[in-house]
Amino acid sequence: MAEEKAEGGLVFHPLDQFIVKPLFGDGPVQWYTPTNVTLWLAIAILATIALFVIGSRGRGVVPSRVQSVAELFYGFIYKMVEDVCGKEGVRYFPYIMTIFVFIFFSNYLALIPMSYSPTSMIAITAVLGFGVFIAVTVLGFVKNGPSFLGLFWMKDAPAILRPIIAVIEVISYFVRPVSHSIRLAGNIMAGHAVLKVFAGFAALTLVSPVAIFGIVAIYGLEVLVCGIQAYVFTILTCVYLKDALHPHH
Amino acid sequence: MEGELAHIGAGLAAIGSGAAAIGVGTVAGNYLAGALRNPSAAAGQTATLFIGLAFAEALGIFAFLVSLLLMFAV
Repeated sequence: MAEEKAEGGLVFHPLDQFIVKPLFGDGPVQWYTPTNVTLWLAIAILATIALFVIGSRGRGVVPSRVQSVAELFYGFIYKMVEDVCGKEGVRYFPYIMTIFVFIFFSNYLALIPMSYSPTSMIAITAVLGFGVFIAVTVLGFVKNGPSFLGLFWMKDAPAILRPIIAVIEVISYFVRPVSHSIRLAGNIMAGHAVLKVFAGFAALTLVSPVAIFGIVAIYGLEVLVCGIQAYVFTILTCVYLKDALHPHH
Repeated sequence: MEGELAHIGAGLAAIGSGAAAIGVGTVAGNYLAGALRNPSAAAGQTATLFIGLAFAEALGIFAFLVSLLLMFAV
């Protein structure tokens, strides 16, 4: 990266934004060091708490503006859980709600210039993804006992194909947490790298004002992607939960 | 020499993004075709649409990840 600066190429490397830096000083990063990651994680959590604490304080029949936003989140996720998992899934609604709101806020706060996006770190999304995987697997065995393994044994398939399908199903089951976490991190990381690449074209605006439309358009796309990725992560959690509650399709 | 080969490999891995684009286009196009034939059933299938998009897109993201690894980690 340094040699590119020397060559007079890109001044800001598009991937420099993902470097974890301590907030104070230049020391090594320990587990207790306050870094830009922990700062933006804390801001995301504080924003979540603020929205729901302030939103549920009034409890007006005619909701205030903050309350109606909080109710919008609640109703949206509640309906999603109910539609995908059925009535039994509603018990696990708080977990899914927490995941959605946390990802939503860390995605959107990362769109502020000079901020850091915690969800672009595979370490953070892997904790979320493997957390869902372990929770769902344990829940499946607790709820169904050994018959949870029926998830891998297709009763409708021809008898010869069943062992082959079982192998494929087992592999796809264990790839789930990997793809679940890498999808979120990869989308956010790729999106922010593209944003920075387009921001590098900003100087071109002096030559041709059309460049500004490109930046605005790609930013709009990112706003869309941030919402969709939070939605996709949550609905896949719901689908995995449904598999644990009803393994026999 | 190895660095140059890694960059060529990163470029080759980027072909995977195009393949994912074909997949995403197939999902969205078929959804739209079905939705125009039976608009009343379309609203109930948006969740399935997004799940399909996510699965198709994940493989493109894997390709992107491979090229990033080749560029910066190898």
